[in-house]
Amino acid sequence: MSLALDLFTILAVLAGAFFFLAGTVGLLRFPDPLTRLHALTKADNLGLGLIVIGLLPQVAWPLGAAKLIVIWLMALFAATAVSQLMARAARDGEPPV
Amino acid sequence: MTLALAVDIGLTLLVLAVACWTLVVRDTFAAVIGFVAYGLLLALIWVRLAAPDVALTEAAMGSGLTGLLLLGAAARLRGAASSTPPGLALRWAAGVLCALVSAGLAAIVLRLPDPAPTLAPAVIAHLPDLGLGNPVTGVLLAYRAIDTLLEAVVLLPALLGVWSLAPDRYWGGAPILRHPRPAGALTLFAQVLPPFGIIVGIYLCWNGANQPGGAFQGGAVLAAMWVLVLLAGLGEAPPVSRRGLRWLLIAGSAVFLIIGLAGIGLADAFLAYPAGYAKPFILTIELVLTLSIAVALGLLIAGPPARLPS
Repeated sequence: MSLALDLFTILAVLAGAFFFLAGTVGLLRFPDPLTRLHALTKADNLGLGLIVIGLLPQVAWPLGAAKLIVIWLMALFAATAVSQLMARAARDGEPPV
Repeated sequence: MTLALAVDIGLTLLVLAVACWTLVVRDTFAAVIGFVAYGLLLALIWVRLAAPDVALTEAAMGSGLTGLLLLGAAARLRGAASSTPPGLALRWAAGVLCALVSAGLAAIVLRLPDPAPTLAPAVIAHLPDLGLGNPVTGVLLAYRAIDTLLEAVVLLPALLGVWSLAPDRYWGGAPILRHPRPAGALTLFAQVLPPFGIIVGIYLCWNGANQPGGAFQGGAVLAAMWVLVLLAGLGEAPPVSRRGLRWLLIAGSAVFLIIGLAGIGLADAFLAYPAGYAKPFILTIELVLTLSIAVALGLLIAGPPARLPS
């Protein structure tokens, strides 16, 4: 059982790392702010989400798991709000302050 | 080579690269972003060095707050980009002096005896007398309390410096800190996040006695929540002439100073705590200090008064 859980952790964290890598490549390669934001939010949402899911079997239940999930939700919320602001600034052609 | 060592070397190279980039990049805005990234990487290095207290402070104050202040300065400077750059001689002088300071620091670090002289065992041995569990708090609020007192006081002249940038007619008025068009995502963010942030800020302050955290970290988080509310237009900064605000600003340093002076009578030394009562005194100082720091940091970011006093 613990071997299966460890395998699950490794696979999920690897998948999360892949999304971070893909997001970084997109951030460097995409042509304009909106598409770059799109790449970045995939890393934030899916990459961090998969890493958190992967780590869930490895932490104390339920407090440790709850902390991880809250961290993920907070990061999601912050990333969503900030990318909205940046996208609006980019669309209106004003320097982001 | 172990995996941990590889991570450490990678982090170090990354910090050096970001630091160099921050120095050479021509655009002020890009340099500030580089500085923020540099601070966050530095916080990771402090975590690797098993110094979570320093990491928290670096992330909150060094990277977050200083980054915000620099961002504000960069925005104000944008219109004045036509000013002439410093001459060659000045740039050489600055470069040589910076190199000298760096070389001096490097020489000192490299010449430290091994193991380096440390007071850490003495701190740990006397920690139970203070009733604290976090040795960093013990050093900051008992053994080197004078440093912390001065750090708290120095925020006030810094704030006075910012306020004194206000034109005469605005003196005593309120600063303006607001997103050009606050709406949608920002409003929702500023409505949902502060309850969580306030809990985290109080937790950091309260927990500082036994675990990483303390007045500066907690105060920085509380200030960030206040700034968020101001940015979203959900609240307005108070006029700087308001008496309650001024009292709030000096309360932390004042309580610290009063308890310190009381130590002369109660424990025979300035900033000494009477035996058995160290923890309640330290917690009192931390709580009031957190409030004062939060208000001072928020007002630092809000900038000089920009409204006519009512």
